[in-house]
Amino acid sequence: MIRLDYAIIADIIEPNAKVLDLGCGSGELLALLKEKKNCRGTGIEIDDKEVVNCLERGVSVAQGDIDSDLDVYEDNRFDYVVLNESLQQVMNIEKILDEALRIGKRVIVGIPNFCHTSARFQIFFGGQVPITESLPYKWYNTPNVRFLSLYDFEKFCAEKNIAIEKARYFTRGKEVSLFPNLLAHAGIFVLQKKLSK
Amino acid sequence: MQYVETKTILFSKPSDELTLKSGVKLGSISVVYETYGELNAQKSNAIMILHAFTGDAHAAFYHKGDDKPGWWDAMIGPGKAFDTNKYFVICSNVIGSCKGTTGPSSLNPQTGKPYGLGFPVITIQDMVTVQKKLLEHLGIAKLLSVAGGSMGGMQAVAWAVMYPEMLNSAIVIAACHRHTAQQIAFHEVGRQAVMADSDWMAGDYYGKAVPKRGLAVARMLGHITYMSWMSMEQKFGRKLVGKGELGYNFSKDFEVEGYLAHRGQSFVDRFDANSYLYLTKAMDYFDLTEGTRKLTEVFKNVKSDFLVISFTSDWLYPSPQSKEMVRALKANDVEVSYVELKSDYGHDAFLVEFDDQTRAITHYLAKVQRERASQ
Repeated sequence: MIRLDYAIIADIIEPNAKVLDLGCGSGELLALLKEKKNCRGTGIEIDDKEVVNCLERGVSVAQGDIDSDLDVYEDNRFDYVVLNESLQQVMNIEKILDEALRIGKRVIVGIPNFCHTSARFQIFFGGQVPITESLPYKWYNTPNVRFLSLYDFEKFCAEKNIAIEKARYFTRGKEVSLFPNLLAHAGIFVLQKKLSK
Repeated sequence: MQYVETKTILFSKPSDELTLKSGVKLGSISVVYETYGELNAQKSNAIMILHAFTGDAHAAFYHKGDDKPGWWDAMIGPGKAFDTNKYFVICSNVIGSCKGTTGPSSLNPQTGKPYGLGFPVITIQDMVTVQKKLLEHLGIAKLLSVAGGSMGGMQAVAWAVMYPEMLNSAIVIAACHRHTAQQIAFHEVGRQAVMADSDWMAGDYYGKAVPKRGLAVARMLGHITYMSWMSMEQKFGRKLVGKGELGYNFSKDFEVEGYLAHRGQSFVDRFDANSYLYLTKAMDYFDLTEGTRKLTEVFKNVKSDFLVISFTSDWLYPSPQSKEMVRALKANDVEVSYVELKSDYGHDAFLVEFDDQTRAITHYLAKVQRERASQ
């Protein structure tokens, strides 16, 4: 079974595209993109164990920090820069997104939705920080440092003059189109720099 | 047990004459090398292993009668990282060494006596030039990979810059593209120790007493730089030798002192003091930027992929040096993978930490073979 977020991203990306996956983990997505779309991909990952896992999969990867390692690339080096499940784990979101939009013609961002209905119920009735499908951690062990809703992210893009070219939402292995900020556990956005007028 | 024999090739034709990086010409050299596995019909599965400072051509398998295998036997062999069921692995001794290939302890054909300091100063690039001659002799036009740690890693980077068309990939472990002031400084202390030994006689000690004391001190210092404070603390701590209490004199109190003395002594028996000078100098001269060029420019013509490996506790060739190469390669759109492996063994890690290196290299080579060498 291919993870739905990976399947959606693989669906979005055109064949033979050049892809940079930021926070690529064990390289599963990059391996999938290579297999299904013949993409030339490479990843950046901070955890040395995951980097070795990537190499075992035959995925090109460089250990490093996505916060400081993007400046070596010239503008538009990649067709796609992917930030799937990693943007909410970094401190300097604006800088990284700026860099991603500079070095990639398009940027794909996948984020968990902190304001899914079940999360809202847990906060309102349970009085506790929610634990959901896309946010499975306890407050004391979560790697996430930023908590945002799909709506927050859309607003952020509007403020920052970033165009959302496409957005796809999903929950429990299915795509959602109605009331995503209530009903989707996560969203995947395709972003582009807005041309200044 | 698999056996291997060291082979020798003599380059003595006038056309074999080398022009060294210094401009000096050197004729008639012999090169010793070993090979493991079989070269395939397309000649596309050859990997050249590049040894470190005091290494030799005996990288793997056993010599008849020996109870110890080659220096990287854990990495080279059937089913190992450099899988000899799949690849044809070559390792040669570098020029300037004392392990069979021509160096300062070899006989100068013009005088019939050992070269000593009459041997020209050689560089990392000269080592690579000689290795290329060996490859031509073996009829191999393009390597699947070159791989080495430390000084071997420097040769691997030099290979990728000097002969980009001849490589599919380079595996660079615990190395750098230029020696730093600190690295030069340690080497200089070692050289001064050798040259301060009255037995050194300006390098003309062959057939007489060798400069044992100086070479042993140089090696002791070297050993400290190859370990880490963690590995030394784990191995020795403040453990005392024999007597179990402090002697309140200047005999050896601590185990670490005994260990260094032992390492220094045993080194004297297996390594030539002049080769120590020449090879450390070769590393110190190593700077692919030649002091003026940007590294991104140096890597402009690189055609091979790269796998760069460093170790967390290696303070002699620290990770930022590897990272600098990775960044410059990326800037040139070279396909490069990089991992900083966790280890407490310091610079020695590349000779000790086999599990992670094996996992990384095995699959990396399979990918290179799949994506590049089969085309």
